[in-house]
Amino acid sequence: MKERNNIEETLQDMMNSSAKERENIISVFQSIQETFGYIPEKAVNLVSIRLSVPASRLFSIITFFPQFHLKPTGENIITVCRGAACHVKGSERLLNRILIELGIPPSEDTTEDFKFTVEKVNCVGACSMSPVVLINNEVCGKMTFNTLKKKIGKIRSGE
Amino acid sequence: MNKRIEIKVCTGIGGVAAGGEEVFSAFRDALSSAGIEAAYGERCSAHRVGCKGFCARDVLVDIVINGDKTTYQYVKPEMVDRIIREHIVDGNPVADWVVGDDYEQYYEKQQRVVLSGCGEADPEDIDIYLKNGGFDALRKALVEIAPEEIIATVKNSYLRGRGGAGFPAGLKWERSFRIKSDVKYVVCNGDEGDPGTFKDRALMEGEPYAIIEGMIICAKAVGSHSGYIYSRGAYTSSVRHLQTAIDKCYKKGLLGRDILGAGFDFDLRLFKSAGAFVCGEATALLHTIEGKRGMPTPKFWSAAEKGLWDMPTVVNNVETFASIPGIILKGASWYKNLGIENNGGTKVFALTGKVKNTGLIEVRFGTSLREIIFDIGGGIEGGRRFKAIHIGGPSGGCMSEESLDIEIDYEQIASAGAIMGSGGLIVLDENDCIVNTAKFFLEFTQAESCGKCTPCRVGTKRMLEIMERITAGEGREGDIELLEELGHYIKATSLCGLGMTAPNPVLSTIRYFRHEYEAHVQGKKCPAAVCKSLITFTILEDICKGCGSCKRVCPADAIRGIRKIPHRIDPGLCIKCGSCFEVCKFKAILKA
Repeated sequence: MKERNNIEETLQDMMNSSAKERENIISVFQSIQETFGYIPEKAVNLVSIRLSVPASRLFSIITFFPQFHLKPTGENIITVCRGAACHVKGSERLLNRILIELGIPPSEDTTEDFKFTVEKVNCVGACSMSPVVLINNEVCGKMTFNTLKKKIGKIRSGE
Repeated sequence: MNKRIEIKVCTGIGGVAAGGEEVFSAFRDALSSAGIEAAYGERCSAHRVGCKGFCARDVLVDIVINGDKTTYQYVKPEMVDRIIREHIVDGNPVADWVVGDDYEQYYEKQQRVVLSGCGEADPEDIDIYLKNGGFDALRKALVEIAPEEIIATVKNSYLRGRGGAGFPAGLKWERSFRIKSDVKYVVCNGDEGDPGTFKDRALMEGEPYAIIEGMIICAKAVGSHSGYIYSRGAYTSSVRHLQTAIDKCYKKGLLGRDILGAGFDFDLRLFKSAGAFVCGEATALLHTIEGKRGMPTPKFWSAAEKGLWDMPTVVNNVETFASIPGIILKGASWYKNLGIENNGGTKVFALTGKVKNTGLIEVRFGTSLREIIFDIGGGIEGGRRFKAIHIGGPSGGCMSEESLDIEIDYEQIASAGAIMGSGGLIVLDENDCIVNTAKFFLEFTQAESCGKCTPCRVGTKRMLEIMERITAGEGREGDIELLEELGHYIKATSLCGLGMTAPNPVLSTIRYFRHEYEAHVQGKKCPAAVCKSLITFTILEDICKGCGSCKRVCPADAIRGIRKIPHRIDPGLCIKCGSCFEVCKFKAILKA
């Protein structure tokens, strides 16, 4: 993740390299999020000026899509699949237990030390391997709470 | 020694989840090790291939020696050495790990048409696709036949939209064709976002060239020169494979100006969406490409007439486009005869849930649900009893045992209260609670409702509240009837397909499993022992050995007892997490 004071510079570069068409709004925000891990408010204002689109409209787009975050996310992202097959095989319990294990309070998704963010996804498409958890985009199938706890421990201890 | 050896490792999404990448690197490393490299050199190669279908057996590996195929199942990296040593070097397949007869049975009742190339070849390699007759259909469409004839062929093939609604593809194309406009668009809808479906993703990853070929043919037919493939940015491997495929097509002159020297231009771009279920709806999808919120708008015109930036736009599903090359090449009647009246061809499904053989399947129209579940799916896991099959994801519905003889056919499924949807088949067994499953789907559609129209925004919320009440044991007299009434209103008055189908899971389960709802509402019991508030955990004292494992796992410290003496659960402290139930080796914990 880039340092905060770099936001503006990085954004300028990014905006220069992507075409200034309105149809690119979503891809612009996608690359912003890829770089910073979330979409800083500064970035929204900058895009608004560059594309001459009101910031309110941009916020309406950002908040519409669950993929976008307006708050900083943790270093590691744990995504629990909440697809039907995973649901049937107990993903809801898995999700609750991870949240308890990581000490993430209700209505939050990130640990206090910004080490972990826990997200839900509707379906990753590995239904035959359910329940599925993505750890930093790596697909892990047939997940149990104990395996997951071990994996989290490994990340914690810096492996 | 001039054996030609190909090793094909499944790296479809199921394969990757089972460790396909590690298996692939193990093969690659082993092949590049000194001895093998020297003996076989270039004649032995390892490839990543797309989803092979039988995901329950992943990682699947095919070893093809001079065209002779042997398939291994459940391959782990540590098994690679022995396979190479015994099979590739000595020529004796490792019998213990080779698939059995049931592997053949899985494919017996299937007809792989759209999936024919999926899992057989490296999906990123355009040369293999070309060698296997790829883009021949495009050549035919560009050079030999007129647009009218392409449309007539697609119409006569009875290919219907594979995104769920089943609108005849040929009719859609014809509408767009009839409009005089310099700018027209072709859009491939790959925004598969339903829980429990992955067939579009498997196709985008496994057969990107077939999709592109189908799109160019469509563009030629309707007279469009610009197109988009709409996929979710979060599906990294679909996006990567599609982008590679598009780039390679441009390099080979299969996209861009003057395709195949036939004087036809077509530009194709990949649009990476940010993921919202409602964007699978055509108008919402098109607004997203325009850089707006993905909200649907009333359909005064069909998208084929007035779509992207108000220009005629053909929006078809991934599977629809992938079916096109075969139809053009082999003819309308071939495709039509694969299916039944009004439903041509084959349909791809993601078969998941409690069946033994989960995976990606492709069957002819007219195959019965029974055949799918028991012949292809191999029946229910662990010998439990079949309870229901859910078709079509959150927009679809559940069917019970008595409707198992329904055939795969848009009309038959609709009259049973479900929809074909995008092709998710989720099998539920006696351990699944129907009410809870319906609530799960409703939770999904309620959360994904874009909030534009009142019936969907407020209606699904109210329905969900009632469902929550019922599963919490607080169901009231008349709740079931209220759900039915609300459901019918929402279906009748919502703006887009999301709202119109959102009540289906609830309505269909009430239709087939009313007794389970009644058990929840009146008896305050969950027959499948799933709904937390309606179950209690107790220790059967005559079975309990007092080993203490349950005590150790209980997160609420609700279990007390002295070693070697039966333990007890304090119902006041129990949070009903079920940890003790899972950990008990003696089956001494009763869930009821």
